[in-house]
Amino acid sequence: MVGYLLLVLAGLFVAAYLVGRARALSVVNGETSKLHSLPGQHGRFLGIMVAGPALIAVLLWGLVTPRIESAMVKDRFATELSGMGVPQVEAFIRDAKAIAFGGVAGFSDATKEAAASVYRSIHSTSIWIIVATVALLAVGGFLLSYGRISPAFRARHIVERVLRGLLILCSVVAILTTIGIVLSLIFESLRFFQQVPVYKFLFGTHWSPQSAFTGAGTEAGAVNPDIFGAIPLFAGTLLITLIAMLVAAPLGLLSAIYLSDYASPRIRAVGKPVLEILAGIPTVVYGFFAALTVAPFFRGVGESLGLGVASESALAAGVVMGIMIIPFVSSLSDDVINAVPQSLRDGSAGLGATKSETIRKVVLPAALPGIVSAMLLAVSRAIGETMIVVMAAGLAANLTINPLEAVTTVTVQIVTLLVGDQEFDSAKTLAAFALGLVLFCITLALNIVALRVVQKYREQYD
Amino acid sequence: MTDTASALDLPRRAASVHTDDAARERLKARYAAERRFKWMGAAAFAVAGIFLVLLLSTIVMQALPALRMNYLTLPLDLSAAMVNPQDAAGADYDKIVQDALLANFPQATGRQDRRLARGLISTGSGTILRRAVANGDVALGETVEYPVPLDDFADLYMKGLLAGKGSVNPVQATVTPSGTSGDIELTFDNDSILALARGLGAVAGENGLLRLTSGAASLLLGIDGGVVKMTEITPATVGAIAKGIVYSPLANAGPAPSGAASLRIIDLPEGSRKISDKEIVWLDGLKAQGLVHSRFNSQFFFTGASREPELAGIWGAVVGSFLTMIVTLGLSFPIGVSAAIYLEEFAKKNRWTNLIEVNINNLAAVPSIVFGLLGLAVFLNFFGLPRSAPLVGGMVLALMTLPIIIIASRAALRAVPPSIREAALGIGASKVQTVFHHVLPLAMPGIMTGTILGMAHALGETAPLLMIGMVAFIVDIPGGFTDPATILPVQIFMWADFPEAGFQQKTAAAILILLGFLIIMNAMAVIVRKRFERRW
Repeated sequence: MVGYLLLVLAGLFVAAYLVGRARALSVVNGETSKLHSLPGQHGRFLGIMVAGPALIAVLLWGLVTPRIESAMVKDRFATELSGMGVPQVEAFIRDAKAIAFGGVAGFSDATKEAAASVYRSIHSTSIWIIVATVALLAVGGFLLSYGRISPAFRARHIVERVLRGLLILCSVVAILTTIGIVLSLIFESLRFFQQVPVYKFLFGTHWSPQSAFTGAGTEAGAVNPDIFGAIPLFAGTLLITLIAMLVAAPLGLLSAIYLSDYASPRIRAVGKPVLEILAGIPTVVYGFFAALTVAPFFRGVGESLGLGVASESALAAGVVMGIMIIPFVSSLSDDVINAVPQSLRDGSAGLGATKSETIRKVVLPAALPGIVSAMLLAVSRAIGETMIVVMAAGLAANLTINPLEAVTTVTVQIVTLLVGDQEFDSAKTLAAFALGLVLFCITLALNIVALRVVQKYREQYD
Repeated sequence: MTDTASALDLPRRAASVHTDDAARERLKARYAAERRFKWMGAAAFAVAGIFLVLLLSTIVMQALPALRMNYLTLPLDLSAAMVNPQDAAGADYDKIVQDALLANFPQATGRQDRRLARGLISTGSGTILRRAVANGDVALGETVEYPVPLDDFADLYMKGLLAGKGSVNPVQATVTPSGTSGDIELTFDNDSILALARGLGAVAGENGLLRLTSGAASLLLGIDGGVVKMTEITPATVGAIAKGIVYSPLANAGPAPSGAASLRIIDLPEGSRKISDKEIVWLDGLKAQGLVHSRFNSQFFFTGASREPELAGIWGAVVGSFLTMIVTLGLSFPIGVSAAIYLEEFAKKNRWTNLIEVNINNLAAVPSIVFGLLGLAVFLNFFGLPRSAPLVGGMVLALMTLPIIIIASRAALRAVPPSIREAALGIGASKVQTVFHHVLPLAMPGIMTGTILGMAHALGETAPLLMIGMVAFIVDIPGGFTDPATILPVQIFMWADFPEAGFQQKTAAAILILLGFLIIMNAMAVIVRKRFERRW
């Protein structure tokens, strides 16, 4: 419905634009030089006045009505719904909606049919209301502004002010997103922490939330807070991140140095695209490769050496993740190394140092803050990486530092807790939001620290 | 000059400035360290390169078999007795296909054998035939030759992925079968077969009896135009006697002279492969009759998902990805470019715009899964938008790509020289006109490049979409933005999890398609950059 209304509004805008332009031309008998603003700007002004307020009304209507309609239906059927828990009421509303507007209903009975017909009547009323509102606003806007079009009227200023407002609105979306992330994570986490104390979540060593699921309508008191200890997840995440960084840090740094200082132009012409392709491959592909090829390979090697390697070992996931991060580390280090002024290299070469001595004793120390910051960003990337670990790391929360065993990570648990149809309010799904909050805070902190390291310790040359 | 020098016989100039041995050693060590460092760098880069080659080649090798599929051409009886022309949709097409198939196996009389035979072709064959009839692809009222897809295991066997062909050697003995069907005895006139069976893992019993259990290699004897699977071999006074089950009937029970019968040995034991000896014999029989053809796998490219590997297709996921990308582009491009224009051209430097800037940079570093949590909590639970819909997926991805587009667009706007703005302002354009008529068109190539790269990034993203339910199993091809849908990377994730062997190839083929789209998008970005970008 909102879509049709938006189409109608677009049509209204175009019509008003044409009318406004014609009006502007006719008030000066075609001598545009007598107008303060261009005829098109007059047209746009009329269009904004006709369609703008109606647009706001339609958007508000689209956001608000589904809730109001549901609330009205619930209110009408309060007696029938009184004995039900929250999930059943939700299911009832969903089925009634499906019967009323087409869709797959779970099963239908007389009450639901009645609710559906109530739904239908409320909905048609609400459509009448919004159509009338749109018509009223459009006509009102037209009547108010059509008369204002005159040679001296400053339509351009108004149009440009509206446009500027729109631009500001768009840049505020970024802030709204952050606020949305923070608020949704915090609210759901707070609900989780009402059931499970924070210290048990952060410092508990036993994690098995799947056994907490006792069915729909679980009472808050029925949750066993001892099975939400996230320490094994943090340990697993750190283990895999450590392995990934052990792979990515030296390989990324060395390949950056090699490509910028040693490689011939021909190798460089091949090398840069190789790293770019590596960076562009979706993580789900890395995950498939890790699970299909790398993990069995490590298990085979382990068996031939007489070691028991789990089929979902931390080693396989960590190594593949490390490879994925190589281009990230390499491109960041490349920027940092290139930022070291040439005069330092020349000075070192003038003293008789070889190329590698220059790099190791002059360039790298000078670039150290930048490299540290690049590594921190890479760590933050590794901690937040999801698909590789979901496909190649384990599900069981083992508290171990043995890279040959299966461990699980924060992101894996978020995915396992939230994939599939579940009651949204159970402690199990809320735990995912608490994990998300931890993840968000850690990555944010790492990014801030990385930024500060560069700002604080950067050497100012020149 | 030279003459005098030689005449004076001055001490010749040292070959090196490093006069003593210790200095020369130090220099050698330093040069060695230099070489080592260089090789370490080359090795580090080589590891990355080798890994890339390994990854791509593994996926291509895995994916190639999925591009073709084996079809079994059967004479299907579509006469009026089987299909009522007035009610073609109501006919039992499963039965028609199965009857035509079983006609090839007259020996399959028992229930188990018939079920095994039916399992050779896809369970969806009837549906495919029904669709062909509905589309008018086959004529009703007569018997038509129509290809139906093989079952996934049969298909994999035909591609040589489940069990090898094994070795086929002539038997150096005269073999006499005792019958032409059922359980028979085979008399060998020398005992070379005994030593062979012992070497292949046969279990020894009393009196030199050798049992070929499911843990041993399979011995399939081709004799008199039929195939016998050997189960037991006992030594006789002269030669050996083997018991066997006839899988494919013999033409006659005459003795085969030395070298006429052939013994096929499949080393992989029957118990550790997904296809039985009987199925192998039957499939080879069908193949020998010229009924099995390998064709381009159009099923995979043009149908939706399925639980049956041979019926599963990628088209539904491609359409889902396409719809999602439209939403993402429609939201993130206008919003991102507007935000960049405001921040770069209009905003004054103050705490407020600084906050927005820091925010955008931080958003670019937030893990993608957190965006999924945002979508779940806000779009699904707060605004009540439908689960699994491309609309919601596109909105989540749009929020994710927004920082990329804003950062790229700002860089492109910044690259437009101030002289353009000054010239426009100088001839009386307003600030808005300057930006929209002069600066933005010049910055557009850079903005487009950044947008395409951002979209490529979004196309490969999986994790946030798992959170908003796009991981559901959806057979239908989505028709709109609010229909339940899945997208390519999520389809890859789901297929990678399925246990059936056939899905492994499908997963790799789906990855190839995804990588293909990414390559196209990146190539587009390169072309836009090369063709339209101006440098001042």
